[in-house]
Amino acid sequence: MITLPRDSILSRHQWRVGELLWLAAALASYFVFPQYLALGTTVLIMVVLVMSFDLLLGFAGVLSLGHAVFFGLGAYMAGWLSLAGWTEPVSAVIVAGIAAAALAAVIGPFLLRLTGLPLMMVTLALGVLVFEAAHKATTLTGGDDGLAGIQFAAILGVFEWGLGGATAYLYVLAWLCGIFVLVKRVVASPFGVMLQGVRENPARMRLIGNPVLPHLTLAYVISGAVAGVAGALFTQANAFVGLGVVAVDTSIDVLVMLVLGGIGGLHGALIGAPVYMLLKHFSSQWNPFYWMLIIGVLLMAVVLMGRGGLLGTLASWTRRPRKGQA
Amino acid sequence: MSTGATLALQASGLCKHFGALHVTQDVSLSLQVGARTALIGPNGAGKTTLVNLLTGVIRPDRGQLFLFGEEVTATSAAARTRKGLVRTFQISSLFAQLTVFENIYIAVAQAAGRGFSIWRPAGRQRDLLERTEQLVEQLKLQSDRHQKVSEIAYGRQRLVEIALALALMPRVLLLDEPAAGIPSNELDLLHGAIDTLPREIAVLMIEHDMEMVRRFASDVSVLVGGAMLMSGTPGAVMSHPEVQSVYLGTAGKKRFDGALAHA
Repeated sequence: MITLPRDSILSRHQWRVGELLWLAAALASYFVFPQYLALGTTVLIMVVLVMSFDLLLGFAGVLSLGHAVFFGLGAYMAGWLSLAGWTEPVSAVIVAGIAAAALAAVIGPFLLRLTGLPLMMVTLALGVLVFEAAHKATTLTGGDDGLAGIQFAAILGVFEWGLGGATAYLYVLAWLCGIFVLVKRVVASPFGVMLQGVRENPARMRLIGNPVLPHLTLAYVISGAVAGVAGALFTQANAFVGLGVVAVDTSIDVLVMLVLGGIGGLHGALIGAPVYMLLKHFSSQWNPFYWMLIIGVLLMAVVLMGRGGLLGTLASWTRRPRKGQA
Repeated sequence: MSTGATLALQASGLCKHFGALHVTQDVSLSLQVGARTALIGPNGAGKTTLVNLLTGVIRPDRGQLFLFGEEVTATSAAARTRKGLVRTFQISSLFAQLTVFENIYIAVAQAAGRGFSIWRPAGRQRDLLERTEQLVEQLKLQSDRHQKVSEIAYGRQRLVEIALALALMPRVLLLDEPAAGIPSNELDLLHGAIDTLPREIAVLMIEHDMEMVRRFASDVSVLVGGAMLMSGTPGAVMSHPEVQSVYLGTAGKKRFDGALAHA
């Protein structure tokens, strides 16, 4: 039997201690920080969103600046379903995910022919256009006022949505676990491995017989679906949808969170989203104007130290003396 | 231009220009099933452009290309590869941040049609792992197996190139200067890999090294200034005065004669 190193991209299906500890910590937070469950729910949703973006940027190498389009579509879709009387929450999330996947399947084959700067500019422009359209289409989106009066039935017919957000936290955590398993499976499969080949060298991929575009499109569809799921969870947890879900800021935030956490290992979402969201929350209490400064300094530190994210940066600090001796 | 069905690869009248520069001028070339043909020519003769035309990386302005009798002139590079037309690169073109094993695995998985196998973990698909390991061992890459290809010696990267090509189970194999950058003490591995190719594979090798050509080829074609100057057996081509003047110079001729006498 062939044994592969733990850090091989062919070993990604194996569970890491850190991943299990992270999930345990997320569950423990429910008991330890009951007063912060609303914040915690938002953090978990961002983890799902950033994970979808890591699949795209970290594994497929597609740098899109319009990822909020899928998050927003999922969020509005859940809102529309609720207002139309479809209040079963789990199926609403699935429908929202399918809607976002369908959008990705339609625009992917066009967008993904582009790479690098043109791709960034086109996705950015798309994000701006969609935001402005959502802003103007007040009958659909409520414009600046958003969609209010959103209600969902009890989860699985049993768990009522409480005021303190306790139910929502566990509900979103359950979704996060499911999505994490799914995305982990995808990146550990031959499909996921070859996606990383596309990221490394698309021209070479074609010359081993892989036409590349179908691969990228499927990755885009999965990523879009997961982002749509995150959007629907956001709507359900807040019982409200505002324009912020399709804002360009959201797309940029997702990128920043991923860079902070580390690109291309799925751990980026687990680390980057909580660090960013918690820093934002607590430092903006301290000073509502300067919290971006802290994020900015952290981001510069991480970028200057390489692309390993906060963990990679810490690791390179602790490893430094030993490297000096060698 | 008859009996197209028996030819592994047949190119006729290929032309390509970039602006005013005619890099390929009415080139015709055919490879029999099992051919061992060398393509030689001075620097800038358009050898790599010709490989790019044959593999579909660039499209010809004119001309036709047949693979086992089937026209593939308008077929994409990826589809040509799936039909068995495989190349290696003069300058290694690999998946730089992945390991040797992972690089080969990608080609093995592609050849096995598992590109959209999306649920079963790659590390548990034992047939793919074993085929990958077999190629690692065939090219004696065991010691570098789990190194990133960007961090191994260039000569070893060349061997990974060969492994990727073999993983695709080629029917027609185009080797673009396979020996370039391989240290002489590791050339045996390359020779071994080429010698043990299944006989029915048609191989076209672009090569500068005359000893390599003599060792490998039963036919030699000479490309000069984008046009085919002549084709024939190695001996006939090398002793042709025009080839000697444009390509070998007298020193090269002497070296080649030496190699012949040595054989």
